[in-house]
Amino acid sequence: MAKTIEEINEKIKQGKAVVVTAEEIIGIAREKGVKQAAEEVDVVTTGTFGPMCSSGAYFNTGHTRPRIKLGGGKTLLNDVPAYTGLAAADLFIGATALPDDDPRNKVHPGEFNYGGGHVIEELVDGKDIRLEATAYGTDCYPRKKLETLINIKDLNDAVLFNIRNAYQNYNVAANTSDKTIYTYMGVLRANLGNINYATAGQLSPLLNDPHYKTIGIGTRIFLGGGTGFVAWQGTQHNPDVPRTEKGAPKRGAGTLCVIGDLKQMSPRWLVGTSMLGYGCTLTVGVGVPIPILSEEILGYTTVTDAEIFGAVIDYSSDYPNMKADILGEVSYGQLKSGKVKLKGKEIPTASLSSYPRAVEIAQTLKEWIINGKFLLTQPVAPLPGVESGITFKPLKERPIEE
Amino acid sequence: MAVSKRIVLHFPKRLVNRPIVSRLIKDYDLEFNILKALVTPEEEGLLVLELSGEQTEYDKGIRYLTETGVRIQSLSQDVLRNEERCTHCGACITICPSDAFELDPLTRQVSFYNEKCVACVLCIKACPPRAMEVHF
Repeated sequence: MAKTIEEINEKIKQGKAVVVTAEEIIGIAREKGVKQAAEEVDVVTTGTFGPMCSSGAYFNTGHTRPRIKLGGGKTLLNDVPAYTGLAAADLFIGATALPDDDPRNKVHPGEFNYGGGHVIEELVDGKDIRLEATAYGTDCYPRKKLETLINIKDLNDAVLFNIRNAYQNYNVAANTSDKTIYTYMGVLRANLGNINYATAGQLSPLLNDPHYKTIGIGTRIFLGGGTGFVAWQGTQHNPDVPRTEKGAPKRGAGTLCVIGDLKQMSPRWLVGTSMLGYGCTLTVGVGVPIPILSEEILGYTTVTDAEIFGAVIDYSSDYPNMKADILGEVSYGQLKSGKVKLKGKEIPTASLSSYPRAVEIAQTLKEWIINGKFLLTQPVAPLPGVESGITFKPLKERPIEE
Repeated sequence: MAVSKRIVLHFPKRLVNRPIVSRLIKDYDLEFNILKALVTPEEEGLLVLELSGEQTEYDKGIRYLTETGVRIQSLSQDVLRNEERCTHCGACITICPSDAFELDPLTRQVSFYNEKCVACVLCIKACPPRAMEVHF
């Protein structure tokens, strides 16, 4: 039955492609069997919508008259510092950047009400952003100061470029200490008072293609409400972790580096986010289509929450101290039931990743494909798999000797 | 008929030092549970109460408060969810001490029942997209 991406694209153009979400395929395969489902279904769409800190955007502001070299100077966007170590009119803003005068955790837990992620959301929303820059002045770029409003519609380029998104599974967070802690996994109450997790599970892109057989460099995706591409494997991409028989990693594993035109994205899918006591970030919507090229590939997309397991990590001591210990393994089926049993205790659970929005992403992508607005791409290179020998190394500190 | 309502009382500066709430018990046989009490630097007092008793006495008590100069708001209007900003992640669910948030097991949408809310405001800063808003 093997299909090719060209054949699927031909069906999409003719309006004949059969597209279902990674949630819908579970019931279809259960009813019809994997073999028949693989023959009938052409594309399975996935989605995830959660806080992803390694996100950011770069833009070209256009040149001023007289010219100013922002590169190497200091530029603030709504008081949030942008990275200027680039050419004269290019800037990068990261999701976790904070205004210089933000009190941070001076009074713990800090609120982190506004940062880089919020600047990106407001920019995408079409709001004017205050740009204030100082530069050192050169013969060819004499100007030393710039204060202006900028708007996304006037920028030459505005590109979302997230170096690590869509983690294939993630830590499940708990706190065994006797006081509340404030983490990037949310507020964790003392003595295992709650457990937080952060994945769309059975809808999550890389959990539906656990061995990266279809998702690769050049895969066209849903990104922030527009379309984008997988640019590379994300940082910390670590395929070599314990996996279930069906291939689902039981720890954080693969990641995606993604890129797309910010101008066609929407603030509904790029939401500035504040993690109490931790910092600012950006909640990003990512959806990846999986072409059903074989029965095997369809088989992977039928994964259910009950078949995906995460490791519960103690964020009060093991995580901060880089210890590999885990408190236990739980399935996302259990986590989504609202409580899990751990250490003889029934613990309430909560998610940081929005499942209803992940469903909406998978549905939107499905509609785009059905309506012929979105064609699949053949990856130009695969993401590194287990055979790549990639390992995830800690930083080995060495003293600096003068 | 017995009633029980959660209300927000604003005391202007001139009333902050006077015994007012105690008269609700003595004169109107009402019971209350203080959920939150606060005096601002400008010395305006704010009290969040769960007030219960017989409807007729309750109404008289409220009239007494209003005539004294206390401004009254009903609590359910005070912690609101900005539906535009809520992403239905669910981070609020385990934060809330009064189970005011509920997850639909099927759609995984989060509902906010403000009649269950005790205005402890823990959710305000714990909500990642900051969709929970307090209006006093």
